[in-house]
Amino acid sequence: MKRFLLKRILMGLLILLGVVTITFFVSRVLPSDPARQWVGIRATQEQLEKARGELGLDRPLNEQYRNYISDLLHGNLGTSLRTKRPVLSDLKTYIPPTIELVLMATVAAFIIGIPLGVYSASHKDRTLDHFCRVMSVASVSIPTFTVALLLQLIFYQNLGWLPLGGQMDIKISMLHNVPHYTGLLLLDCLIDGNMVLFKDALRHIILPAFTISLYPIGLIARMTRSALVEILSEDYIKAARSYGLRERLVLWKYAVKNSLGTTMNVLVLCMGYALVNTFLVEAIFSWPGIGMYIAVAVTTLDYPAIIGVTIFSACAYVILNMIADMVIAIDPRVRL
Amino acid sequence: MKQSVFIKTMKPKVKHFGESISLLKRNRLTCLSFYAVIMLLLIAVMAPVLLPAAQHIDQATNPTEKLLGPSLEHPFGTDELGRDLFKRVLLGTRISLQTALVAVLCAIMIGVPLGAVAGFFGGAIDEIIMRITDIFLGFPPLLLAMSIAAFMGPSLRNATLAIAVAWWPWFTRIVRGQAVSLRERQFVRAAVAIGTPSYKIVYKHIIPNCLAPIIVQSTMDLGAVILTISSLSFLGLGAQPPQPEWGLIVSTSRNYFLNAWWYSIFPGAAIAFTVLVFNLLGDGLREIMDPRTRNV
Repeated sequence: MKRFLLKRILMGLLILLGVVTITFFVSRVLPSDPARQWVGIRATQEQLEKARGELGLDRPLNEQYRNYISDLLHGNLGTSLRTKRPVLSDLKTYIPPTIELVLMATVAAFIIGIPLGVYSASHKDRTLDHFCRVMSVASVSIPTFTVALLLQLIFYQNLGWLPLGGQMDIKISMLHNVPHYTGLLLLDCLIDGNMVLFKDALRHIILPAFTISLYPIGLIARMTRSALVEILSEDYIKAARSYGLRERLVLWKYAVKNSLGTTMNVLVLCMGYALVNTFLVEAIFSWPGIGMYIAVAVTTLDYPAIIGVTIFSACAYVILNMIADMVIAIDPRVRL
Repeated sequence: MKQSVFIKTMKPKVKHFGESISLLKRNRLTCLSFYAVIMLLLIAVMAPVLLPAAQHIDQATNPTEKLLGPSLEHPFGTDELGRDLFKRVLLGTRISLQTALVAVLCAIMIGVPLGAVAGFFGGAIDEIIMRITDIFLGFPPLLLAMSIAAFMGPSLRNATLAIAVAWWPWFTRIVRGQAVSLRERQFVRAAVAIGTPSYKIVYKHIIPNCLAPIIVQSTMDLGAVILTISSLSFLGLGAQPPQPEWGLIVSTSRNYFLNAWWYSIFPGAAIAFTVLVFNLLGDGLREIMDPRTRNV
C-alpha cells in the first residue's frame, strides 16, 4: 500500500514535470513570437530585439528552460498582456469562483447521479432505466455551450426563474457587504450569516453548475448502474434477500455501499473534466472564473495568461487523477 | 482460369462482408446510426456542390431578412446578416466531418506506429514511449488542443493539427496493449524465427491485427473530435468568420439568441446529432467486433 502510494506520487510528479515541459515547448518552439506579441505590431525592429532580450528569448533553449522552471518554482508566471498584472495574482482572483462551480457541479452529480443509477439498476429495463441510458449518451454528445444557452433560454427568458449570469445580483451586492474569507462566495456568505446574499448567490450558481454537471451525472449514473447490476447478482445479496431483509435495506446498505468505490473514482475524474468544461461555460454565464479569464485571453492572444491557466488546470487534472487512483486503493478488497 | 481464381479469393470476402452487414442489421440502433452517418457524409459531399456556396458564406447578406424565425422558406431561420441558417448548417457538415477525419487520421498516423513499436519491442523503448504518452494523457485533450491552437494562431487548420497532437496517445495506448499480446503469438514468433526484419513484422503482422480496436476507437473519437473542434471554434480558436462552422455559428449567436432561439439551437442540435450518431455507431461496432457481446 505504502509502496503503491509512493510510486503513484513519484509518477505524478514526473507527469507534472512532463506537462510543464510540454507547455514550455508549446509556448517557445511553436511558430509564434512572444516578443512580437509583447511589443505589438507597430514596434520597430530595435524594440523587438530589446523585448526579446528582456524576455530572455535570445538565449539558448536549455537556458530558457532552466529559467522557466525556476520562475515556475518561484511562482512567477509572467505578466498578463491584457490586465498588465502578474498572472499569478490574476489566477488567485479567478480560481476560487471556478473551484466553487466545480464543487457544486460535483455535489450535484453525486446527489442526482447515484440515485438515478441505483434506480435504473433496481428497475432494470424499465422506462426510467432506458431514459437514463439515453441521457448518459446524450450528455456526452450535446455540446456544453449549447446546453448552457438552452438553459438560459428556458429558465431566464421563458420562465424568468433564474438570473442570466454573473455571480450575484448587482443591486444586492451593492446593498450588502460582500464577504471575502475563502474566496468561495457561498461559503463566505454562510460564514458571514448573510442569508440574502447566500440565496442570491445560490440562484446564480444553479444554471452554470447544472450545465457542467450534466456529463458527470450521466457518467456516474451509468457507472453506478453497471456496478450495481453486477453486485445484485452476487451470492451475498441473494443470502441477504433470503433472510427476508427488506429490499430497500439490501439495496442501499448491502449493494450500494460496495459500488461506491468505483463511483468515487469516477467522481474525482469528473472533477477534472468539469474543470476544463468551465472554459466553455463560464464565458456564457459571465462567471468570473479562470474559464472566462482564459476565454478572453484566447481571443486577445494573451500568452502568459494562457500558459498560466494551462499549467494550473493541467496540474489540477494530474493531481485529481492521482487522487482518483488512491481512492480505489482505499478499498480493502483491492490488492496492490 | 484466371477468373476462377479471382472468384475463389473474392467469394469468402464477399461472404464476410455480407455477414458484417447482417450483424450490423441485427442491432437497430447501430443500423440507424450507420445510415445516419452515410446521410451526413452525403450532405458533406453534396451540400457545397448543390448550394451556391459563396452566396451563403459571405456575400449573400440580406439585411431585410435578418433574424427571421423558422419558416418554410428558411427552415432554420436566418442570422443577423440575413443568411439562411439551414444552408449554413448544411455547409458546415463538410467542415466538421472533414476536419474531424483529418485530425483522427493524423492522430492514428502518429499514435499507431508508436504503440506498435512500443508493444513489439518492449524494454526501454516501450518504457520511454509509454511515459511520454502518459505525460500527454496528463493533459485534458481540450486544454492541450486549446493552448497549442492559441500559440499556432487561430485557424481551422491549426485547430485540426492541435487536436491531432492532443489525441494520438489514446491510439498509442490501445495499440500497445494489443501488440504486447500479439508479440507472443505463434505467427509473430514464426516471423521472428525466419529472420523477418522487425519493421516488416510491425507493419505486416502487428498493425493489421490491431485494426479492429483502432476502427472502433476512431469511430467513437470522430464524435469527440467533432465536439472538440466546435468547442475550439466556439472559443474563437478554430474556424474564422465567415466560415459556416457550427461551433462558430453558436458563438456568434450568443449576442442575439435571447430573441432568436433558432440561431443557436439549430447549429447546436446539428453538432449534438452528429456526435451522437458517431458515438452510437462506435458503441455498436464495438459490440459487433467483440464476439463476447455479439449475442449470436
